[in-house]
Formats: sequence, C-alpha cells, structure tokens
Amino acid sequence: MIELLNVTKQYTNGTMALSNINIKIDKGDFVFLVGPSGAGKSTFIKMLLKEVDPTEGKIIIDDLEATTLSRRKVPQLRRKMGVVFQDFRLLPNKTVYENVAFAMEIIEAHPKEVRRQVPMILSMVGLSGKSNMYPDQLSGGEQQRVSIARAIVNNPAVLIADEPTGNLDPETAWEIMKLLKQINRRGTTIVMATHAKEIVDVMQQRVIALEQGRVVRDDRKGVYGYED
Amino acid sequence: MAMRIRTVSYMIKQGLTSIWRNRMMSIASIGSVASALVILGIVFMLVLNINSLAESAKEQFDSVQVYIKDEVDAAGIEKIGEAIIAVEGIDEIDFLSKDEALENMKSQWGDQGYLLEGLETNPLPNSYVIKMKDVSYADGVVNALKNQDGIEEVKYYKDIVDNLLKITHFIRMVGIGLIVILIGISMFIIANTIKLAVASRYREINIMKYVGATNWFIRWPFLIEGLVLGCIGALIALSVVGYGYKIAVDVVTQKLYVMLSAHMIPSTIAIQNLAVIFIVLGAGIGALGSIFSMRKFLRV
Repeated sequence: MIELLNVTKQYTNGTMALSNINIKIDKGDFVFLVGPSGAGKSTFIKMLLKEVDPTEGKIIIDDLEATTLSRRKVPQLRRKMGVVFQDFRLLPNKTVYENVAFAMEIIEAHPKEVRRQVPMILSMVGLSGKSNMYPDQLSGGEQQRVSIARAIVNNPAVLIADEPTGNLDPETAWEIMKLLKQINRRGTTIVMATHAKEIVDVMQQRVIALEQGRVVRDDRKGVYGYED
Repeated sequence: MAMRIRTVSYMIKQGLTSIWRNRMMSIASIGSVASALVILGIVFMLVLNINSLAESAKEQFDSVQVYIKDEVDAAGIEKIGEAIIAVEGIDEIDFLSKDEALENMKSQWGDQGYLLEGLETNPLPNSYVIKMKDVSYADGVVNALKNQDGIEEVKYYKDIVDNLLKITHFIRMVGIGLIVILIGISMFIIANTIKLAVASRYREINIMKYVGATNWFIRWPFLIEGLVLGCIGALIALSVVGYGYKIAVDVVTQKLYVMLSAHMIPSTIAIQNLAVIFIVLGAGIGALGSIFSMRKFLRV
C-alpha cells in the first residue's frame, strides 16, 4: 500500500528531517506515528502528500511512485488519500453538507452521486441532524467529524491524520478515535501522527517512532513509549 | 478529457461570485483597465491618423510635378511627354489637364467648392505627374527637365517628404512606447486584484489541493475573473474612445480636408479595428494578470 525505500530528506537550509527511512504499510493497517517535536513526523506526512519530495529514496503509494510523479499527476495521487488536520480546516461560509459535498464537486463527481453519498457519510460520522449548520455553530469534536467526513467521502484508500485530536478534550478525542477505528475496519488504511500517549497505549495498534529523522521503533502492537 | 458543462458552469459561477465578493477591488481594476485603454486608444487613434495622413501626403509629394506653360499647344504637350519618358528612372507619367486639375480641386474642397465657381479663367496649368521608380532618381529627373522648352516649373517636395517620414517615425515610436507602458500598468493592476481574490480564498484552494483538484480546476475561476474584468474595462474604454472619435471625425474632418486634403480614418472602420484590439488586449491583460498572480500560489 505505502512503501518508503531508503528515504532521506534534507531541507535546503541543511536540516536533516529524515534519514534513510524504510517503512512498509499494508492495506488496512492502522499506524500511529509518534516522536518528539522535530522528529520528522510532519515531513513524513508531507512526503506522503507530495507536498515535499525526498532528496533520496523512493515512495510508492498504491502502485504510484510519488517520487517521480509528474506535477500533472499529483491530483491523481492525492485522490487516493484523505487528510485530516489538527485545526479542521473547514470553509466557514459553507454549511456542513456543503463542506463535505465540496470535496466531491472538485473532483467533478456527478451531482446525483453527491446527493447520495454526502448524507450517507454524514450519518456515518453522526452528524445527520446538523447538515445545515455552519462550522462556527459546532463544537470542536463535531467540526473534526465534518473534516473526517470530507476526507473519506471520496472513498480514499488511505486516511492521513495529522494530530486529529490535538485540539480536543480527552472525551471528545476518544469519540474521534472510535470513528477512525470504525473507518479503519471498513478497510481504509490509516496513518495518524499524534502526541496523545493515552490513546496510543490503549488502542494497541502499530506504532512507528521517529527520533531525529530515524525510525527508532516499529512495533506491531505498540505503546507510545515517551514520558511527556 | 473534455470539460463537462457542469464543471464549466461551476467555474463561471465561481469567477463571477468572486468579482462580486471583492466588488470594490473589481470596480477599481475595471476602472484602471478602462482608463489605461482609453489613453491607449487615444494614442492609437492619433498614431493611426497621423500615419494615414503622412501616407496620403507622401503619395502627393512623392511625385515630381511638371507644370507646362499655358502657350504650349497639344502637339507641344505631347512632345514634352515623350521627352519626360526618355529620362532615366521614370516609372509612369500622367497628364493632368488644367480642367481636370480644377475639377479635382473642387471635389477636394467639398462644401467649400462653390468658392471656385466664381473664377473667370482657370488659373491652374496643364501638368504631368511623374512617378519615379525610386525616390533616389528625383534629383536627376528634376535637373533633366528644369530647362526644357515649354516647361514652366518642375516641383518636387523632397524636404517635406523626408521630414514627414521622420516625424511619423518618431510619433509611431513614442506611441508604441506609451502603449507598452499602459498595457504593463493594466496588467499589474489586474494581477493585484486577482491576488487579493486568491488570498481571500486561500483556505478553499488549500483544501482543493489536498482533495486532489487539478491545477486547472483551481485556476480557471480566477482566469475567468481576470478575463471578465479585462473585457468589461475594454468595453467601457471602447465606448468612450469610439464615441469620442465619432465626434472628433464630425468636427475635424471637413477642416482637415480643406487644409491638407486628407481624410481622417472613417469612424466605423476605426471603431471596428479598435473593438478587436481592445477586446484582445482586455482579455489578454486579464488572463495574463491572473496567471501571473497565481503562479507562485499554485506551486505545491
């Protein structure tokens, strides 16, 4: 599904963000990406999205080689992935429904399909009753649900979550994690960068720990392993 | 990969919405494009008219005129004609009788032609109008004919032709320079408006990219916005300059004709040309302006 081969990323200012990373993530995996700030988690995620390219090595995502992909084909790569951010990134002047439908419209989905798919996804994330509300009328947890709905509405193979619980209280965070696990059960691969020790320890999923740009640990049923 | 009608209408809607949302900036840029194009139009019409004026003047002055003494009879005139053809560098000659010359003058003076009715005798001479193979033969031709029997005078306006050429060249250069500067300014203004529109939709574009929208899908609405702004500006400028030119033609053309026996370019032709130029320029300025302002932005 996702494969990184000898991936190294050195920024032009000399910072070595990642050095010689080899990781294989299978279809249906749920992977936590942990490590202190500056360990290379962000760079890792940016490389999956082809926001930055590695200086050395290869990244293969679902039989597309991201590293040699032409600029014109980047959208093709990104349509395989859904992304969720810590700060939700919803459009404030669009309703919940419109925010989710937007993701389908810009890949030119048929309106009929939009009308069928959006309510289904909204009910899946538990927001059926709020589809006409605007983001600022929602709680943080609800906003994150909208952004998750938007990320999965086009049925991506991979869901990438960059600290999705970072802005939420523990109880709400757990609800989000339940939702992610549910999505994972449907077969979607999930890669989640996080600092939430408790969540990682309880979930018992694969944990990849980065430190100073290197993989220091890759456990099948891992724990967070750092004292914050 | 033809674009779907649905997509096209989505993009047009996005572009127009954005114009409305940033309406103050939109009005400002339509205004600046319009005023830049108005100035450009005025310069353009001036250059065009001076050019055509110079062309027709050159046409008149670029020939050698040989005035024949009144006492020379038809046979004599014939003989002078043969003598002229024998000179080196002659391309063709035309005989212009004194009656024809008077008729020409009458029709050229137009409404004021009645002034010539009162003449008791025709003061204009019979003449030959000589076209040369090249301007460089002019001096030779003039010298060869100057002292011929029966010839009153040989006229060639060399200095006038030279000066005309110099002046028109200068005006053309200044005009082109002005036009280039004005196009640059308009483009800069449109680019700024679009930049504002792009910035106000930063989040949206960011999300679009993550979801996998193609660059052209993102770009088109802004391109349409620029095109619409440029074209509206062009239409305004066209109506101002077109209307102004019409008035100018009405006022000036008669007097100009009497003074210089030259026409202004007729307003229908001028406006047609101007319309094509303005629409192309307006659309081009708008499109290029928006592409410039998005270039850095889309590089992710």
